[in-house]
Amino acid sequence: MEKSLNWREFIITRLIKASGYSAILFVALIFFFLVREGVPAFAEVELKSLFNIRWYPIEEYFGILPLITGSLIVTIGATFIAVPFGIGTAVYISEIAPRWMREILKPLVELLGGLPSVVLGFLGILVLSPFIRVFLDLPTGLTALTGSILLGGIAVPTVVSVAEDALDAVPRAYREGAWALGATRWQTIWRVTLPAAKSGVLTGVMLGIGRAIGETMTVMMVTGNAPVLALKLASIISPVRTMTATIAAEMGEVANGSTHYHVLFFIGIVLFLISLGVNIAASSVVFRAKKRAERILS
Amino acid sequence: MNRNILLTTMLVAVVFMSSCGPASSAETASDSPAAYIENKGSDTIVNLALAWAEQYQSDHPNIRISVTGGGSGTGIAALVNGTVDIANASRKIKQEEIDQAKANGIDPVEHIIARDAIAVIVNPENPITQLTLKQISDIYSGKIVNWKEIGGEDRPIVRLSRETNSGTHVYFLETVLRLGSKEDKTLFSMDTLLLPSSEGIIAEVRQNPNAIGYDGLGYVPKDLKKIAIAKEDGGAYILPSIETVNDKTYAIARDLYMYTNGQPQGIIKEYLDWILSSEAQQIVADLGFVPVK
Repeated sequence: MEKSLNWREFIITRLIKASGYSAILFVALIFFFLVREGVPAFAEVELKSLFNIRWYPIEEYFGILPLITGSLIVTIGATFIAVPFGIGTAVYISEIAPRWMREILKPLVELLGGLPSVVLGFLGILVLSPFIRVFLDLPTGLTALTGSILLGGIAVPTVVSVAEDALDAVPRAYREGAWALGATRWQTIWRVTLPAAKSGVLTGVMLGIGRAIGETMTVMMVTGNAPVLALKLASIISPVRTMTATIAAEMGEVANGSTHYHVLFFIGIVLFLISLGVNIAASSVVFRAKKRAERILS
Repeated sequence: MNRNILLTTMLVAVVFMSSCGPASSAETASDSPAAYIENKGSDTIVNLALAWAEQYQSDHPNIRISVTGGGSGTGIAALVNGTVDIANASRKIKQEEIDQAKANGIDPVEHIIARDAIAVIVNPENPITQLTLKQISDIYSGKIVNWKEIGGEDRPIVRLSRETNSGTHVYFLETVLRLGSKEDKTLFSMDTLLLPSSEGIIAEVRQNPNAIGYDGLGYVPKDLKKIAIAKEDGGAYILPSIETVNDKTYAIARDLYMYTNGQPQGIIKEYLDWILSSEAQQIVADLGFVPVK
């Protein structure tokens, strides 16, 4: 009896441990595969032309700079929309809204998060992009801004649900302490609750940004996919082409093992490194915040 | 328990019937034995080929036709390797592919089975109704950037194109942008919007008076304006239609091909002959392509 229990214990702990480690294995395998398929691009395309400003693969122009800047500008735009809206909504849901409002808002936000992005893209083509073209008097509504707005909408639910959980976890005693000192509701939120939940809120923001970088379908449908270098502020209202949309649009037809194929995988590596960077930045901020909290408490 | 047995019996019966169905029907249905035709290639043609195969099989129950897409290159490669009976292609077979085929003991024979016109479209609000090929080339290469340069309103031109992997994109590049010249290295202007679908182009042209786009004639809805095109300056401006494609006056139209190994014989010959019959060519027109007759 005793022995069989031990056995079961042994197997279960190992299984759990293995599934934990499997994440490391999967990421390593994906990275290994990306590198194996992407690195030959260096041998086939000169470094100078790889980081050129013209992307036209069927005539052997493999400049990926327009794609990188396109992805960045759309993502930055989305961040500017998703962060204030996301945190604002989270604060409202967890701190201000009456109970019945909360019960309505939370599932609604989650529903928004579950919307298939192709549906949003379709709405973007039919409603948002004509509106933006007329409203801002642009040549076309298929711009980085249209993509940013929709991506912001996609990232908001992620930010809200993570940030709201973090705000919810702040002990009631913190708020009561602030109120007891005569702080207003806004002062309590801004000076006490939000700083206390900082690491969770930041994690939510980073997850939202990650979602925005990786999103493909909506972006492919509404940003116009013109591989133009996007360096100026005005680029936000002109068409751009992102890395994800390029991979999605061109993957289907490239010949296995061709230069174009290798360059597409190289773009995959760049994307991988960017999301890795975002994640590292996020965890270092969280880590530092924790360190400081420990110092203060000790 | 009883229900379970019943269900299992039914399942077995269905599997049994379906597995021997075609064979037994082929034995009894007609005097000729069951025959298979493998048909593969161009994604432009695949819907047409499917419609043909469906119609032909319902008229000839003893013949099975399998149709798959995958692209013109895939179809021709399969023909070269001897794994298909008929390869569909929206472009002519290349010389190196013919050489490869000859080395494998295969002799590709070309059949033109339909035509496909590419219409240049603009928003109905746009006063422009006709352009020369050279003007369209200049628009797409970025030499003309405003509609007023070619007699339109003072609006910026928004160029719409299909993605680079589309056969239509490549055809448009070679025939329109480079005006059919092999030495010409003109490219699409960098700010050309590359849309992933025909529907994307149509949606943008429908709502944007600045836009110009191109699409297969069959895809273009009635509410968009098709541009009449002249092959050279001073030439006649021609609208795309079945007649103008067939008398070769419309400039941007291409043939669609089927390739067989050697002159077709037996059931493949019968099938190809039927494809050129008026009944099959009616299906071509119904799907928005241009019949060859």
